[in-house]
This record gives sequence, C-alpha cells and structure tokens, in this order.
Amino acid sequence: MSEIKTDRRYTSDHEWALTDGGLVRIGITAYAVEQLGDITLVNLDAAVGAELTAGAAFGTVESVKTLADLFSPISGTVVEVNAALADQPELVNDDCYGGAWMIAIAPTNPSEVEALLDAEAYGTLLSK
Amino acid sequence: MSDEAPLKKTPLHAEHVQLGARMVPFAGYDMPVQYEGVKQEHLAARGAAALFDVSHMGELELDGAEAGRVIDELITNDLSKLAEGRALYTCALNESGTILDDLIVYRRQTDKWLVVCNASNREKIAAHIATAARDRCAFVDASDSTALIALQGPKAMAIAARLGDGGRALGELRSFALCDAMLGGVRCLVARTGYTGEDGVEIFCAAGDVVTLWRALFEVGSELGLKPAGLAARDTLRLEARLSLYGNDIDETTNPLEAGLAWTVKLDKPSFLGKQALLAIKAAGLSRKLVGFEMTGRGIARHGYPLLDASGATIGTCTSGSPGPTVNKNIGLGYVKLGHDAVGSKLLVDCRGKSIEAVVVPTPFYRRPS
Repeated sequence: MSEIKTDRRYTSDHEWALTDGGLVRIGITAYAVEQLGDITLVNLDAAVGAELTAGAAFGTVESVKTLADLFSPISGTVVEVNAALADQPELVNDDCYGGAWMIAIAPTNPSEVEALLDAEAYGTLLSK
Repeated sequence: MSDEAPLKKTPLHAEHVQLGARMVPFAGYDMPVQYEGVKQEHLAARGAAALFDVSHMGELELDGAEAGRVIDELITNDLSKLAEGRALYTCALNESGTILDDLIVYRRQTDKWLVVCNASNREKIAAHIATAARDRCAFVDASDSTALIALQGPKAMAIAARLGDGGRALGELRSFALCDAMLGGVRCLVARTGYTGEDGVEIFCAAGDVVTLWRALFEVGSELGLKPAGLAARDTLRLEARLSLYGNDIDETTNPLEAGLAWTVKLDKPSFLGKQALLAIKAAGLSRKLVGFEMTGRGIARHGYPLLDASGATIGTCTSGSPGPTVNKNIGLGYVKLGHDAVGSKLLVDCRGKSIEAVVVPTPFYRRPS
C-alpha cells in the first residue's frame, strides 16, 4: 500500500492539496509516483499569477515510459512554482509529499480543499 | 481497453507475478512491462545482465529441401549464402514494397529452418509463409509450444558459462550463429542474437522446460548482477541501439529503404516479394528517411508527435521516443522529409502543442564498448 499522509486532502487523479498558512500546496501522491516510475521531466506550465480553475491542467510529469497531466484540485491564483523540479525531476521520486510540491495556490474559496477526499477516502479509492 | 479475446500467458507468467512485475496487455499476451523499474533494468542490461521473457514472439518452422527457397522468395535478405548454424535479420515485404514484418531467419540444419516473427504479426506471417510453403515443404507454427528468453548484457556469457559445459561452449558462438545446447538440464537452441545492443544470447526451449531454465539462470546469475527486465526496458535498450520496433518505426506504410534497412535488402537477388515495387520506389527517389534525434530543449518526444521545421511547418513524425537511460539524453526516431535528414539538422518536436528543439544525430545513440 502506498504511503498516504493524514495532514492533507486528495483527488481521484492522485494529486494532493495541503493547506499551508493562507496557501495551498499541490503535489502528486506516492501512488502516482509508483505508477509512473522514474520521473524524468516535470513541466509546470502555470506561471506565478496564473488563475486556475479546479480541474485545470497546470503541467505534466513524464517518466521513461509515460506522461501524466497535472490538474489543479482547487481554484485560485498561482503564487509559487517549485522551480527546482525543472532541473531535478528525480526529487518527485524521492520526496513527493515534501520537497517535490509543484505549485502553491492562493485559493479562491478555501472550503474547496475540505471538499476533496480525506486520507481515509483516498485510501479506500486506492484499495479498490 | 476491452480486448475481445482473453489475454494469453507465456509459460513464465507465474514467475513474473511472483517477482512483482507490473503486467500489461501486449500483442494479446499478459506481459511484464517492468519489475523493479525500467531504469534499473535498463542499466542492469548495460552494466551486468538482464533476462527477458520474449516467449510471446512467433516461432515458425520449415522443413524440407525446398524450405530455404520458400523463405527466400518472401524476404529481402539473401539466404543463398547462409550456412547451417547461422542466422540473419531481414524484412518481409508485401507486393507494394512496404514492410509486413522484420524477422530473424535461422538455418538449423541444411533443410531445417526457423523464422522468428513479431508477436503482433504472428498470425499474418504464419498464414503468409504457410501459403507459400503449401505442397513445397513442411510448415509448423510452433509458437505456443516454444518458449524464448533473452539473456543480454556484458555478463551474459559468463552467466551462461556457470550452467556447465553446455553454457561454457556458448562463448565460442559467433554473432548471429546458433547451436543446440544443454543448459541447466534443459535442451535448448541458442543463438548469439538480441535486441538490446549488448552481447548475449536468445534461448529457445520447450514451453514446459522454460521455468527450470529461467530459475537456473537466476540461481547462477544473481550474484553477477542478473535482473529480470520487462518490455519497457527492452524498448529503451533497443531504441538506444537504434533497432527498429515493428508497429512504431516500421509497418505496412513504410519501406525498408526509407527506414534505414537497405542493408537487409539484396536487390541483386533474382526475385523476392516486393522487389519490383521497391525498384520503382528507388527509381522514383525517396521522399523521407528515418533519422535519430536528440532533444536539445526540455521535452520528451513520443510516438506520433509531429516534427516541425523552424517555421513550424510539419516535416515528419516521431515514431519512437523516450529518455535514454544510458546516453542520458531524451532521444527519438522519426521520419523526416529529405533535406531535413542530415546530421546536425535542427528540428522542432511538437510535444502536445509546445515546440521543443531537437537536432538530428548519428545513430546508434549507444554502441557497446568493444
């Protein structure tokens, strides 16, 4: 069973959203990383200042064999982009719940985060 | 995702599952795409050795005085000079000169031949050869009763040698030569061939014996670094070595001259299926060529991505692309219009709407140290 953190919320597309002060950090889950394998490229298309709606694509991650789109779990304004991932995509394999966060969003409506899957519901999804 | 027929299993299926492989449908079989990880498996094949189950491939046997001629009429390469105990790589064409399949033809004995075809083309090629063989020689599709594993990498022959006299003797086997051997108590046909760009052998045996052989190889090979490797690593290894993948780089819309396979085509042969069409193609001049390129911008080319010139006009299509774990670059193959095929030509890869820079480079991308 892939690691799931209880401090954050999840989507069925295997992104996580962690409230961090007034921001929400977005990344991909350990399950997503295991499915992808060695991450060789992270493309974060959304720049600081970009407005995202929930479900909007904000970039892609690529492994040796496949490519996956990244979708924003919530609506808001991009306030930070993790630039380190451009040169060190392997960080996603090493620390997907920590240093390999992808973007930080100032949420339009903070309650959107609470509406996402909690750790238990996400765990149930993975066990299906 | 709904394949109508249930997936077939190779005789090693339970071994793959037990090793924790991720299984995927491929050419009608439930096949291991990776075990530990594509990169580790790729690097094991380059640095030590890797073992692949390729039992899904087709094994077609022909027997009789006419058998060699039957095959020769269907292929671009020339069997007339192929000695007993030797094999060659070739294309089989249709009448319009495009590629039905790429094959290895093995001459086991004077009148006893083995043709190995791609799993995805097995039915097509079996029917094609069976038709030609009718009333001329015996033909058997032995694919279901034959297992095939590939032992590849710089330590491959040392590992084989640990299986006793039969394995040690394989060290003498020349490239594209074959022989019968007893390995780990299993009667095998062994050929010094492969699909990775490394030294190694491909080993045929009865389906019922392959689990014994597979386990015996790991028993003696693990401490030399032998790892099981899946289809994903097989693909990145062959791409670095610029070996064609049927269905990606070659198919019934491509001809061997534009695919860089002219070396398999012997136009001085009196005749073969597709020769007239190919002569016409050659006389008219090629319009495109399969080239290797590496990404100079940040992006990974994938099968089907358009290739563009500096103005954004489409000049071709990527047929294979991925990161190359040994060359440590993002590499690809693709057809480009003549004029864009010279080494050093700059092109753009349309990576889902983003134009990423690439440059045509010499191939193979990787050549093993001699």
